[in-house]
Amino acid sequence: MSAELRHVGLNLGDTDEAAHRQAEQAVFGFWVFLMSDAVIFALLFATYGTMQHATFSAPSAANEFKIGSAFLETLILLTSSFTFGMTSISMKYGQARSRAGLLAWMTVTLSLGLAFIGLELHDFASMFGDAAYPTRSGFLSAFFALVPLHGLHVLAASLWLIVMMVQVLTVGLDARVKINILRLGLFWHFLDIVWIAIFSVVYLEGLIR
Amino acid sequence: MTPGSGLWQMLLGHLNAQALPFVRAYDHPTASEIIGAGAAAIVILGAAVLGGLITWYGKWRYLWKEWFTSLDPKRIGVMYLVIAFVMLSRALIEGVLMRVQQAAAVNSPGFIAPDHFAQLFSTHGSIMVFFMAMPFIAGIINYVMPLQIGSRDVAFPLLNSVSLWLTAGAAGLMMASLVIGRFSTGGWSGYPPYTELAFSPDVGPDYWIWAVTMGSIASTLSALNFVVTLFKLRAPGMSLMRMPLFCWTSLCTAILMIYAMPPLTVATALLALDRYLGFHFFTNDLGGNMMNYANLFWLFGHPEVYILILPAFGVYSEVVSTFSSKELYGYTSLTLATMAIAVLSFTVWVHHFFTMGQSADINGVFGIATMAIGVPTGVKIYDWIWTMFAGKVRFTVPMWYSLAFMVTFVLGGFTGIILAMPPLDFQVHNTVFLVAHFHNMLIGGMLYGLLAAYHYWFPKAFGFRLNERWGRIAFGCWVMGFYLAFMPLYVLGISGMTRRTQELFEPAFRPWLLVAAGGALVLLCALGSLFVQLWVSIRDRAQNLVYAGDPWDGRGLEWSISAPPPEYSFAVIPQVQGRDPFFDAKRRGTAYSRPHHYKDIEVPRNSSTGVVIGLAAALASFGLVWHIWWITIIAVTSIWAAVIGRSFMRNVHRTIPADEIRRTEESWLAAVAQAAPVDRPAETTSANQGLAKVPR
Repeated sequence: MSAELRHVGLNLGDTDEAAHRQAEQAVFGFWVFLMSDAVIFALLFATYGTMQHATFSAPSAANEFKIGSAFLETLILLTSSFTFGMTSISMKYGQARSRAGLLAWMTVTLSLGLAFIGLELHDFASMFGDAAYPTRSGFLSAFFALVPLHGLHVLAASLWLIVMMVQVLTVGLDARVKINILRLGLFWHFLDIVWIAIFSVVYLEGLIR
Repeated sequence: MTPGSGLWQMLLGHLNAQALPFVRAYDHPTASEIIGAGAAAIVILGAAVLGGLITWYGKWRYLWKEWFTSLDPKRIGVMYLVIAFVMLSRALIEGVLMRVQQAAAVNSPGFIAPDHFAQLFSTHGSIMVFFMAMPFIAGIINYVMPLQIGSRDVAFPLLNSVSLWLTAGAAGLMMASLVIGRFSTGGWSGYPPYTELAFSPDVGPDYWIWAVTMGSIASTLSALNFVVTLFKLRAPGMSLMRMPLFCWTSLCTAILMIYAMPPLTVATALLALDRYLGFHFFTNDLGGNMMNYANLFWLFGHPEVYILILPAFGVYSEVVSTFSSKELYGYTSLTLATMAIAVLSFTVWVHHFFTMGQSADINGVFGIATMAIGVPTGVKIYDWIWTMFAGKVRFTVPMWYSLAFMVTFVLGGFTGIILAMPPLDFQVHNTVFLVAHFHNMLIGGMLYGLLAAYHYWFPKAFGFRLNERWGRIAFGCWVMGFYLAFMPLYVLGISGMTRRTQELFEPAFRPWLLVAAGGALVLLCALGSLFVQLWVSIRDRAQNLVYAGDPWDGRGLEWSISAPPPEYSFAVIPQVQGRDPFFDAKRRGTAYSRPHHYKDIEVPRNSSTGVVIGLAAALASFGLVWHIWWITIIAVTSIWAAVIGRSFMRNVHRTIPADEIRRTEESWLAAVAQAAPVDRPAETTSANQGLAKVPR
């Protein structure tokens, strides 16, 4: 297969044609999955939108959200998307001997992902410290369904990243490992986009009012 | 260790003796409780007898190796159908019980207690939609669609098996609810706040939540698989506009599922958060808003109607064209109509709750959108009529179902238009008029289509035709039973009889209710006839073999291979040149040609991952229902372990050697050469060996 016929997103490097066909199918399937996952987030955003003023006597967005922490989380996640991009590039162009480069970028991405989760947990803990529990109001229910679901996704993605690092070390870069790193990349960037929406719709809007 | 003590709570959660229907029936021996205990006994005895028979004949290993762990979409399709028929039997009996109860309960409490009655309509609806219709559709698509597009497999064979076993696990959970504990009384739509902890503190809604969630996730994954298969695995030359119409409707259904199942998952998950962690999404207090649930549920619920009906439309298109020996009339308009229905189906969900407080303008918009769907549907009806026009129509069982469908479905469409008008809907909402309408669409539309598909493709899957006589008897019962059972409900609905009512106080309803109950019994006979037909057909299979593979002078690629097809389906991936590739090939004389050479074929190796995930998910759900957390923790961990473990496996394919393929194909081609071609009028007789006589 000539280079220009290759699917733009399939950065598999120089592998055989069969692997490229397989990858096209696998990646398309993953896109379809992401679309249905996007529907889930869209509906949780809509639910949050209808409930954000249902605070009753419980703490409201303006009381609880901290712009500094949310902004830091955003920066970390955006940076991790960049480092995942570097992971993809070193998978494509790195030679077999420089698997170290690939693993290094994966490690950086993983630490950023875990740092994000840590900061988010810290946010939740400080909300709980103010007795802002999901059981207290519709608003807090909607918040604690939407934002932690994203966090759970990041946690799952981090676990997946660890599995892929182990596979790079044990199995090596065969077609399946490469395809799975491609899919994980899509997932990682997708979660980044969802976070942008959370930052804008949940945190910024909550603080403006 | 006593119920409620700390240790009991830790090990067995909320389980106690009262959870067993036998104990309840012993304590309160009313007719209602005895029926409940009897149903539980049937489940237990059925499972024990089945397990005993399999052990007696030593078939466990065979079942495990050849079926349960198989990743062949043909086998997976058949297993889906087994689930569908088992669940159809249970839910149909429940329907009959309700009809008989209502007929007996005019100014009398009848024999089923209100709470039991509520469980009956909840399980009946949930099962019919999620564990009869959805598996039936997934099964037919799995079997037929890859063959029709000339593919050996679906895009993700393992995921296919995961979907199957999640569905099976969820169906098992529904069965468990009959034996341990009780089911929800909140109807198939599970509306809060009634299904919230405050009003339904028992385990019923939890059974509903987890069974439906598992089914919903399984359907999403199936749909993903079908879409990728249809877009990426079509045989060379099979452009989108050359796909058989069943593939088009499968594609639209799958796209609908990808977008419509997530809202259901969100609705049930948020309800679960309310019930388990005290959130306030749909509660009456602290900012909960049940309208969010209504919107989420029907964002799924309305597209779901089209998820169910579109594959049936595809089946009718295949059946009418084949049994009229004519090219499908208006292929392009049928595909466009299908796409139009798929898009419009997302714009009408509010018509499920016209009476719940939105403004007249909003109701108007959704009413008009609803009526608009009648237009593409009407186009389809005309297309099928024109396909039959001047064709050589043969009245086989699938054709009978198609004809009954056209009449019945148009009738249901008219009552749908009535319900689409908000002012009229205000009069009949929540009455049995609505019940009559959607049964009119689902029995007369979907079920007839699925049964037509079952009769039409059965010879392909098993190598012999189904008995024609019993098929007609079953058909007659389904049609007569439907009209008797549901036409009276239209009358009763207009007269103001509310749905889901256990006891009635209007003597004028009695005659209509008696007719409806009689109709329900006829429907039970219809189901019985189907099983008799299956038994008779298996007994007489030697006289009805169609090994050559083409019993109906078929048109698509699925008829171009042996019946039953070999595991690899196609020895050589076909080249497609038109819309009815096999029909044309027979006319050109190029069908049954011997390939130049045979090649090795790679097929996916069997895997137990799907079984493990399905079983573990069912156990996790069971643990959640009864608050037995250790089961849930272990089960969820095993799911993750199975997924991660599988990702390390590399030896996932198996090669079928060219020699073996040569032997299989040569013996089939020899049988084709030996077979006597059959004329169309003789296709329902033993003369039919699966080779069509064609004018060359």
